[in-house]
Amino acid sequence: MPEPSGRRASPSPITEQRDASLEGDRLCAQRGYATLFADVSFAVRDGSALVVTGRNGSGKTTLLRMLAGLTAPAAGEIRWRRSVARPFDGRLRAAVAFNGHLPALKDELTAEENLAQWISLGDRPPASAAIRDALAAVALERRRSLPVRLLSQGQRRRIGLARLRLSQRPLWILDEPLTALDSDGIDVLRNLLDAHLEAGGICVAASHQPLPVALERQQALRLEGDGSAPMERAP
Amino acid sequence: MSAPAPATFAEPQDADETQSVLAAFGWALARDVRIALRSKAELGVQLLFYVIVVSLFPLAASPSRDVLGTLGPGVLWTAALLASLLSLPRLFTSDFADGTLEQIALSPRPLTALVSGKIAAHWLTTGLPVALMAPVLGAQYALDSALLGMLSLSLLIGTPILSLLGAVGAALTLGARGGGSLLALLVLPLYVPVLIFGAGAVDAVRTGVAAGAHLSLLGAGLLMAAVAAPLAAAAAVRIALD
Repeated sequence: MPEPSGRRASPSPITEQRDASLEGDRLCAQRGYATLFADVSFAVRDGSALVVTGRNGSGKTTLLRMLAGLTAPAAGEIRWRRSVARPFDGRLRAAVAFNGHLPALKDELTAEENLAQWISLGDRPPASAAIRDALAAVALERRRSLPVRLLSQGQRRRIGLARLRLSQRPLWILDEPLTALDSDGIDVLRNLLDAHLEAGGICVAASHQPLPVALERQQALRLEGDGSAPMERAP
Repeated sequence: MSAPAPATFAEPQDADETQSVLAAFGWALARDVRIALRSKAELGVQLLFYVIVVSLFPLAASPSRDVLGTLGPGVLWTAALLASLLSLPRLFTSDFADGTLEQIALSPRPLTALVSGKIAAHWLTTGLPVALMAPVLGAQYALDSALLGMLSLSLLIGTPILSLLGAVGAALTLGARGGGSLLALLVLPLYVPVLIFGAGAVDAVRTGVAAGAHLSLLGAGLLMAAVAAPLAAAAAVRIALD
């Protein structure tokens, strides 16, 4: 086990662990020879958001990818609704909506087609009315039949928001959700997050800017490392 | 106690497994064919490449019917190999680069079935056209109709193996620097048996031997690859996303 040695995250509300849906238990991440973070623990209840902060290179994206089930933690475990979730765990895959750095949009398809593809990938029939509503909610209704390659960076991020709205998944994992969004876009995100948390969903977001979520619904997790510490050899 | 998930969240359904595998296969197949048809230029370049490579040899070699007849099957098969290799990056690279592959791997559908669907779409848009064009291009090599028929048949059985084996290589080289040349180094040796039995089947007909053995071996190879390659490619995709 690597030593925590000062890279411990800020105290997490372990007291609430009993009714938490998403838990990280002494998670540790390594990239190459660097330990990004070690001994990170947290528990998130239904209806609240975990905001992950930290310097560039502190492992925010790695932590988010772990929680989405893309990356295996070097040590520790993740529990989703009290059972351990390993990478690509079936129950976690059915619950998670992951918006990473990459837009996950096909340039050749229109906004509407991209969303329809994504919904049917989630094993549900795509309803065109719902897709139009979602595009209207992110103010892209009039751009819905344009190929995505003609849209701007911010408009692509908005399609990502429309996808969240359509996702019907309880666990949202958002990596830098505010990037490239204008103030209207941030309002859209605020409304989405409010509705999601109100309905009992969970959101984990990494962000350098304050997340547009009521403070009493937020809990913070700060990753202190900067990825420069050498890896302690495993025994 | 954690509250039960509210009605707004879709609960995972315990669907029939066979049905969900087929649905996932169909989803990936339909999507990839659709995207390939949207980028017709890219598709056309790969098929034109096949046409041009095949057409260069008769210009360079002696125009004698004997030489061309001996050369023909091998050239047509080698060009099919190269055309398949050229189109392999299309299979996963763009999905990997724009994040779609993450979403595909995180979806509740079975990844092996999704990968199989992508491989089938790859074959439909590269292997199948190549097999269908081969008899037309084979005319340049003064091959008679029996040979042309066998050429098409062997390509129809052989090109799916190229797509299947190639998919494993394409998935393994995802994210690697110089992935394209690495992919060629990795995949071309695996293509050798397919080339030997595929071109061998046509040559057998030319020399008056039964081609059955070659075709049987190709068919056996196809069955083995169809079972093993999607599993290997899906595992490689998961590793690439880590």
